[in-house]
Amino acid sequence: MDSTAIETTVRSVLGQHGKLSEDAGTIAADADLYRAGMTSHASVNVMLGLEDEFDIEFPEERLTKATFTSIHSITEAVEAINND
Amino acid sequence: MTDHAVLTDTPQRGADDTDRAERVAARAEAVAAVAREFADAVDSESRFPREAIDEARAQGLLAAPIPEADGGLGYSITELCRMLERVGRECTSTAMILAMHHSQVLCLTRHADTDFLRDYTRRVAAEGLLLASATTEAQIGGDTRNSTCAVRPIEDGRVALHKSCPVISYGAYADAILVTARRSEDAASSDQVLLVVEAENLQLDRQRGWDALGMRGTCSESFELDATTPADAMFTVLFETISAQTMLPAAHCLWASAWLGMATQAGLTARSVVQKAARKTPGTTPPSAMRLAELEVQLQSMTDVVRASVARYEAAWDDPAVSESMQFAIAMNTLKVSGAEAVRRIVGDAMVIVGITAFANRSPVSLARLYRDSIGPSVMVNNDRILLHTATLQLVSRGQR
Repeated sequence: MDSTAIETTVRSVLGQHGKLSEDAGTIAADADLYRAGMTSHASVNVMLGLEDEFDIEFPEERLTKATFTSIHSITEAVEAINND
Repeated sequence: MTDHAVLTDTPQRGADDTDRAERVAARAEAVAAVAREFADAVDSESRFPREAIDEARAQGLLAAPIPEADGGLGYSITELCRMLERVGRECTSTAMILAMHHSQVLCLTRHADTDFLRDYTRRVAAEGLLLASATTEAQIGGDTRNSTCAVRPIEDGRVALHKSCPVISYGAYADAILVTARRSEDAASSDQVLLVVEAENLQLDRQRGWDALGMRGTCSESFELDATTPADAMFTVLFETISAQTMLPAAHCLWASAWLGMATQAGLTARSVVQKAARKTPGTTPPSAMRLAELEVQLQSMTDVVRASVARYEAAWDDPAVSESMQFAIAMNTLKVSGAEAVRRIVGDAMVIVGITAFANRSPVSLARLYRDSIGPSVMVNNDRILLHTATLQLVSRGQR
């Protein structure tokens, strides 16, 4: 799965669970998702959605705010886990 | 804690450390003595413990965590927490006020990022100012990471704010209140900032007084808050960062240390009563000693959980990657829940060991006030909400500690 396909899926999961005040389909890839309204509770739902969608588990060291700050950082993390 | 102590372990340095430890302990003793003297009056009149807070100010302890270069005492979080253990043995209200105050002072010392905030931090030290906090909000309840109220720019580089506060502990007695709000009127509920509002720029309209079962001196009244403040009294860094790195872990470590002091006092009272009974029957262990042994299991466990958690925070102090991690958030959440439940159990069990003289309001070994106070931790930030938050985190946590 290339990074464009990953990003598309990330945006779709964010649209379902992120509770963003902006459209998850069009928000900038480097925009701060927390500033866009994602609560820590919503971020857990995003993680669950991503784990289900990509059939992965985020390792403990990636369970930080930094990982889920932007579409870009999430996409990078999913790619890295897929490549492990 | 001293950063010059890298090269050698000389006797001189040992003497400095001993001096420092003695000074730290002596300041705590001084506040504890005044807190003990007025604890009953503070409780029966449900009034602010002004004598003990004045003594803390006189000892420089209101500025304890502020660096010495800025006029404070440069206390570490461990030193702060040990001080609260000591004061917590004598007057819960005094200890809780100091704990809440220091949660706010630490936000300043660790995150002040404007000229106003840096100056204000030095003023807290120079003038011995007392800080309160207004993080909860009507409709939002105890979920401090959401706000409905918003900061509104007005003229002269100032901002205005109105907030309905279900509780601001000792709000009427504070020199400034640190308030959370949405960054602007069109910001998301979680896009929050923290701002310092000085008492002179603040109007507090009391909605409900404070006549509670325990912690009666905290004066945790309800207010409508109207304020203006300079725009640079607002932290530039997001409240979310301040909350994760400082306000939440500091509050939980400081509170739990005060509660450990309460539990310790109850344990000491029970111990003295059992030992007195034992002296009358040498050779026969009194039945109450079994209960004391059971109490010791709980006390040891609480002591270790609280002090290990404080050490954990001390270790993460300069490492945002750790303090913002999920496992750290879980650890601080569980500290609050376990500390709150432990103190309630321990004080209650100590009451049963001591018996009717502990149950009496007027007795040298009365645990009545402490017992009423010990319920407070379980209701002041609802354990179920913290557990629910922890439960959510557990859905993705890998269980590392």
